[in-house]
Amino acid sequence: MAKTEYRVIGTRPIRPDGYGKVTGRDQYAADVILPGMLYAKILRSPHPHAIIKKIDVSKALAHPSVLAVCTGEDFPHISSSAKIDTGEESIDARHMTALAMAAGKVVYKGQAVAAVACASFAEAEEALKLIEVEYEPLPVVDDIEAAMREDAPLIHGDMYTVSLSGSGSRPSNIASHVSYEGGDVEAGFAEADVIVEREFRTRMVHQGYIEPQSATVWAHPDGRMTVWTSTQGAWQIRSQMATIFQVPVGRIRVIPMEIGGGFGGKFTPYVAPVAAVLSRKTGRPVKATMKRSEVFQATGPGSAAIIRVKMGAKKDGTLVAAKAFLAYDAGAFPGSPVGSACVIGFSPYKIPNFKIDGYDVVTNHPRVKAYRAPGGTPVGMAVETVIDELAERLGMDPIDFRMKNAVEPGDRMINEVQYNSIGFKQVLEAVKSHPHYSAPLEGQHVGRGVACGFWPNGGGTSTVHLSFNGDGTVNLIEGSTDIGGSRASMAMIVAEELGIDVEDVRPFVADTDTLGYNDGTGGSRVTYSTGVAVYRACQDAIQKLKARAAVLLEVDEGSVEFSDGVFRAGGKEIRTKEVIAKLNKTGGPFESVGVSGRLGRAPSFSASLVDVAVDPETGKVQIKRWTQFQDVGKAIHPSYAEGQLQGGAVQGIGWGLSEEYVFRDGHMLNPSFLDYRMPTALDVPMIDTVLIEVPASDGPYGVRGVGEASIVPPPAALANAIYRAVGVRMTELPMSPERVWRAVAAKAAAEGGEVAHGKAG
Amino acid sequence: MKVQAKVNGIELEFLAEPRQTLLEVLREELRLTGTKEGCSNGNCGACTIIMNGRPVNSCLILAVQADGQEIQTIEGLASGTALHPLQQAFLEEAALQCGFCTPGFLMASKALLGKIPEPTEDEVRHHLAGNLCRCTGYDKIVRAVMKAAERMRAARAEEEVSA
Repeated sequence: MAKTEYRVIGTRPIRPDGYGKVTGRDQYAADVILPGMLYAKILRSPHPHAIIKKIDVSKALAHPSVLAVCTGEDFPHISSSAKIDTGEESIDARHMTALAMAAGKVVYKGQAVAAVACASFAEAEEALKLIEVEYEPLPVVDDIEAAMREDAPLIHGDMYTVSLSGSGSRPSNIASHVSYEGGDVEAGFAEADVIVEREFRTRMVHQGYIEPQSATVWAHPDGRMTVWTSTQGAWQIRSQMATIFQVPVGRIRVIPMEIGGGFGGKFTPYVAPVAAVLSRKTGRPVKATMKRSEVFQATGPGSAAIIRVKMGAKKDGTLVAAKAFLAYDAGAFPGSPVGSACVIGFSPYKIPNFKIDGYDVVTNHPRVKAYRAPGGTPVGMAVETVIDELAERLGMDPIDFRMKNAVEPGDRMINEVQYNSIGFKQVLEAVKSHPHYSAPLEGQHVGRGVACGFWPNGGGTSTVHLSFNGDGTVNLIEGSTDIGGSRASMAMIVAEELGIDVEDVRPFVADTDTLGYNDGTGGSRVTYSTGVAVYRACQDAIQKLKARAAVLLEVDEGSVEFSDGVFRAGGKEIRTKEVIAKLNKTGGPFESVGVSGRLGRAPSFSASLVDVAVDPETGKVQIKRWTQFQDVGKAIHPSYAEGQLQGGAVQGIGWGLSEEYVFRDGHMLNPSFLDYRMPTALDVPMIDTVLIEVPASDGPYGVRGVGEASIVPPPAALANAIYRAVGVRMTELPMSPERVWRAVAAKAAAEGGEVAHGKAG
Repeated sequence: MKVQAKVNGIELEFLAEPRQTLLEVLREELRLTGTKEGCSNGNCGACTIIMNGRPVNSCLILAVQADGQEIQTIEGLASGTALHPLQQAFLEEAALQCGFCTPGFLMASKALLGKIPEPTEDEVRHHLAGNLCRCTGYDKIVRAVMKAAERMRAARAEEEVSA
């Protein structure tokens, strides 16, 4: 697109759905209240791994407050191992029902085993106590290493390791082995003057959306059902529900309510299938809403990982070889993001010789789901701290070292996908020239760290409709759940293209019965791909409006020209708004449809720059200053683009410093927001942002997805800053006060110095 | 049990079971669903309301404790259709993404400005530390609260001049 000056794009209007959100009027999933509605509660397994020997629901069924009971026997048995797309990752069809209700065996603590429907949540909670379940506990597989051992207890007796060379010969907890190889990695290391090799461990973390999962389902006498729920993808919920119940997708209508955060975690129906069974049995609408402890234990968190990275460079700073081993915890069923982790760790750099091995490992933990740049943050922690150490050993500035090896348009990712327009070098330049990079550091035990991140960004397909009103305004019907301001950015594209005010565009998120197929709100794809659909619908509208303008101007259609919201011909002109207002007088109403698909990649690169102060006596890391950089292509609404950088940075800070699932024998010990410690307003400073705008090759205005790349570099940037503050290389997340203190104490002990407060453990 | 309370300026009488939290009654009985439930144990602040001028987690209060008290929820923050300066500032500063924590932040912020009309950034962060937001990283929320405080200060100054 030649145009680079915009009237609406790049401005900061108030988001059209904002009023409903600041007044409490907008309806989220748990706010749905229907006539005669029942409330479901779910009984969950107290064991991480056990055979269900018997479930006795007779007492519950006999109780007057209980209207229906649901167990695993109420669901069709599915044997297909076809991969079902669940948004940012996939799952075997046969494992899908088990995330909503176990049958025969439980494979993680908190897995649903039965449910009841009553007139209130309180009665339902009481009624759960009447259900008797007999378990035979099995040995628990509690971490990645234990799961990979030859003699490990098997979680699925029918699972064989899948790799390029076929399937393994005996069952294993390693679901798959992916590998990438280029050049000759050993020859590469032989050329290297400096080699750094380290092993990293990161823990399971949760997306931490504040809204717990909730769904209300009403099964109808004609076999159809309506689902009101909180999801990133209404069409993905529809297809999963259809698979679980073995019915055609047209039988299921999914109405996406406002969504209280998702970050990859809200593509899966955890409670809707249970509500559906109970609604089928009672004919009434049934609501199921999770408590926070259920959210932690029975939805999909982000993977834990063990990563070994070895990288080698020449004296002049040229990277020559890189090797990585990655094992990601998938939880109880295969499907960790280890595949994307393998690709994104090294893809920002030109590395002639590499070998990467990734393992998808099942354990008795909750089945993981995508979490913002799935797989990226653990591998980012590993690669970006090793890069920092290489730069240090070579005596090079860490940005200069990255600049020497950074990918450019035409280079290829690890998986051979060729980069089109990318802005990694521009991001690096922006970091280097930013005043923060050269500002003096003050105080004791302070350090500055930098790290970079990358996310390839999704494309996918979107469908949108435009319709027109008699007052000259436009209705924009889209299917992308608005999780952080996308109604605003989509309305701005309409206003820009049609040349009308953004206040004259009414965006609306439709359901699965009222609009064509849409991929979900994930993979940073909405602004890009839904944006393309909106742009195309606008071009269609402009063509049709030209004909109407010709009628109004009394000229030939072919002579009408359009620009900046004005149709012109033969010295006469008329504004878009007027043409829209007179549709009924010029031939009647019409709609414009826009569909996107088969778009090229528009990858995004990011960087975090942080100053920390470390208290060596407590190990506490205080963030003094933070600047977040990202190539956003073109910021449609800069405030919400900045918001994505800021939100991703602070999630990354939580991952880096305080968040982790603490497991003992497969039991999560900290399933509350008190003990699973997410950053508060008091833990972080202002997050300064630098939006770099290198136009993408495809898509309107050169826009790139902006949601995910920001969470990749923060832990590595913090680790690099901690190193400069107190001289220790952290290799384990989170870098909690205890871990930092132990590292500092171990260093002091090794150097024969004084250890603060006791001995290093 | 019978409970009498002034909710958003209206005297209400309602029944509540002794076990019911104020949050449950607000949402399920009074249908004031603007107050959100994020954790039901006082850690996230999404259910923050104002009781007698103080911010409280409505999930930690029993409904019967509201007897005789004055309650304000997000539904009572605007005056009719005129937004409170905090609501306006949150919109202008893009201080919300998914919007789920927003009612709690607005009520906690209102209570803060009632106590400290011109807070520093540190004071804002301190008083909002009981409210979790996972989308924004807090930056724009803190700015919005300070902007609203500044506007309210200017409005008070203007009132004083004209008085």
